[in-house]
Amino acid sequence: MTSVLYDVPGPKARLYSLIGSAAGILIILGVLAIAVVTLAQQGIFDADRWEIFYGPLAPDVWSLIGQGILSTLAAAAVAAVIAFPLGIALCLLRISLISWIRIPTQVVLEFLRGMPVVLMMLFVLLVFATGQFQAVVVGLVLYNAAIFAEILRAGIQSLPKGQREAGLAIGLRSFQSRMSIEFPQAVRRMLPSLIAQLVVLLKDTSLGYIVGYEELLRKIQIMADFLGPDFLFPAFFVGAAIYILINLSVSRIAIMIERRGSKKAAGGVAPASIRTGLSAGGNDPVAKDSVEGPGTK
Amino acid sequence: MKAFITRRKSLLVAASAVLALSLSACGGSSTTTPPVASASFEAGTTMEKLNKAQKITIGTKFDQPLFGQKGLDGKPVGFDVEMGKAIAAKLGIAADKIEWVETVSQNRESFIEQGRVDLVIATYTINDARKEKVAFAGPYYEAGQALLVNKDDTSITKPEDVKGKKVCSVTGSTPAKTIAEKYGAEVVPAATYTACLEPLRNKQVVAVTTDNVILAGYVDKEPDAFKLASDETFTKEPYGIGLKKDDTVFRNWINDQLEAFQKDGEYKKAWEATAGKVIKTTPELPAVNRY
Amino acid sequence: MDAVIASLPEYWDGFLRTLYLSVISGIIALIVGTLLAAMRVSPVAALRGFSMFYVEVARNTPLTIIFFFAAIVLPRLGVKFEQFEVAAIIALSSYTAAFIAEAVRSGVNSVPVGQAEAARSVGMTFTQVLGFIVLPQAVRTVIPPLINILIALVKNSSVAGAFFVLELFGYGRQLSNDYGDQVLWILLGVAFFYLLITVPLGLLAHFVERKVAIAR
Repeated sequence: MTSVLYDVPGPKARLYSLIGSAAGILIILGVLAIAVVTLAQQGIFDADRWEIFYGPLAPDVWSLIGQGILSTLAAAAVAAVIAFPLGIALCLLRISLISWIRIPTQVVLEFLRGMPVVLMMLFVLLVFATGQFQAVVVGLVLYNAAIFAEILRAGIQSLPKGQREAGLAIGLRSFQSRMSIEFPQAVRRMLPSLIAQLVVLLKDTSLGYIVGYEELLRKIQIMADFLGPDFLFPAFFVGAAIYILINLSVSRIAIMIERRGSKKAAGGVAPASIRTGLSAGGNDPVAKDSVEGPGTK
Repeated sequence: MKAFITRRKSLLVAASAVLALSLSACGGSSTTTPPVASASFEAGTTMEKLNKAQKITIGTKFDQPLFGQKGLDGKPVGFDVEMGKAIAAKLGIAADKIEWVETVSQNRESFIEQGRVDLVIATYTINDARKEKVAFAGPYYEAGQALLVNKDDTSITKPEDVKGKKVCSVTGSTPAKTIAEKYGAEVVPAATYTACLEPLRNKQVVAVTTDNVILAGYVDKEPDAFKLASDETFTKEPYGIGLKKDDTVFRNWINDQLEAFQKDGEYKKAWEATAGKVIKTTPELPAVNRY
Repeated sequence: MDAVIASLPEYWDGFLRTLYLSVISGIIALIVGTLLAAMRVSPVAALRGFSMFYVEVARNTPLTIIFFFAAIVLPRLGVKFEQFEVAAIIALSSYTAAFIAEAVRSGVNSVPVGQAEAARSVGMTFTQVLGFIVLPQAVRTVIPPLINILIALVKNSSVAGAFFVLELFGYGRQLSNDYGDQVLWILLGVAFFYLLITVPLGLLAHFVERKVAIAR
């Protein structure tokens, strides 16, 4: 697609492009070099700063980091497991035919989607006086259930009307048609958006840092507090690297599932608009939540 | 450069030493854990209940050096923690039967009211507003608010000097409120006090403010970078032990124990094992307030 | 409830600062994000690579870590600022730009191939094709997701409250300590001010979406 935007570059254009690329790489390398030198002057690369990761303290340090990773994953897993069914339930209420169910649900969903997740966490922590873990999980569940509900609603509404009509015609009740005909198709259609939202959920666990939940970032801070500020940077860099690695691998898995799903869908039910939605990363209005999702905290 | 390296080396050694200490502190019988009393209490009292259950839940801070700070092994260490252990011992509960719960400034009252913790020992300043919701035994220590500044800064010696300037403190903390409302400083909020040290180092703020004992911990860690603006404090922060509001029997009992700690040297020992490493003069137990 | 009324000046100050952070970061993110998207479809391989790398890393890093970097690591690198808002704006806009780049890129992909082909066949260069033909058409499909990203930005600005900037969320924490007995109302007050920004934006997104849908 992109090649449609410009002619196949000739030798001259290729040369310019090469020069431009080289210059760009040089500039980036230069900036990086300045950063490295500045940090080195402050002794950040001195071996003794990093000794905590392999010296006598290493077992404690790594076990602390391990605990941090586990807390991060635990909060994300628990929240995801609760949020998904709750999202289905909210979606059912949201598309209910009875207006006094549908409209209040819509208001609640708008409310949940319009709130910063960290504010909800703080709310649970202070108003219900729960522990930090519960606060983080409930905050994540409320927000993500609302997003899941919206994604599923979009999925159901993108189904051809005939699906539901056929269901009703063969004598299924409205709820049966929703559960056995519409939801399975909606979930499969919206799988990429749903998984993208899971990545967001995982990332949002880091907000636990602000409300005092001991996830990875907080553990890093505790470690640095305890060992002294000299170790803040090594600890931070290692922590950030771990976070990015975890998120990148989950994203990779998501993309793999997405590819497999789209292949299946290509042979099956999904119309073209959904497929462009996939490859475009959620530009399709139906899948818009996947775009809102990743940016959302 | 060489000097820097040796300093950092020594810092690492110091850190390892502290760690070793904290490790040994949790490894069963340590020097700071008082012997567990085989106590018996009147039926119906909180003491009896806790003694029978052989378990006590204590809320403390996990990020206050010298008072309550979580070590690398996950166990909190500090003066507050030692006080908790000493009280638990008097209840006939061993130190390893104590469940430590992190309480932050905003949730201490609600944790006590809802019974999520039996006691809160968390650099918890006694004041009238809080007394409306919870009861305080003690005070067991009297701290006061102070200012931490860069070593080379001579322009700030008293709180009036920070008027209109940027001062870092933890979001929503009482020291933050005091410095803003009483002394007109512009408060820069941070998630933790340690997070405040970076802007101070970079001279993006002129001072960090909170209780003097906490700041002393930072001066101890980096004597070349920071100092206290003055040894004088500009508020009085009597630290109390928070418990359920109507539990007067338990409160009086804790007050008795505090006075006993002072007499039998337990208090001094707890101080010297923790905050006393930085603040050399061992304080006397303030007169407990039996209201 | 009276605590909320007594704290209205604080709320208002926090609200304005949240708005300020969101608007400035939003504008910067829109510009940088569009540039990144243009780089992503450009003929120069290095630009494509850089854009891809940047978007991938920024999207997979928790915002809290980006804030930590901007507010604490950058000053160590010699990038110091008098106002902490600058750090918050750097963090928010560099994070949001990645999402905007993705949205704009998918918008570009949604423009029918024939449009670009026609433009090129009348002799337009890459910048002309992109600037005059493709982007203006992409804007229509891109606006609803962009608004959603901006809503997310407003909510994300709450993280700044933990990194030296006293905005709505920061005031929420401060006030909930001042009025320990009225935490519920205090935090609902904070929520109200966030909704004051996010709900109208959400309605706008719905409205635009419906218009676009009809135009198709």
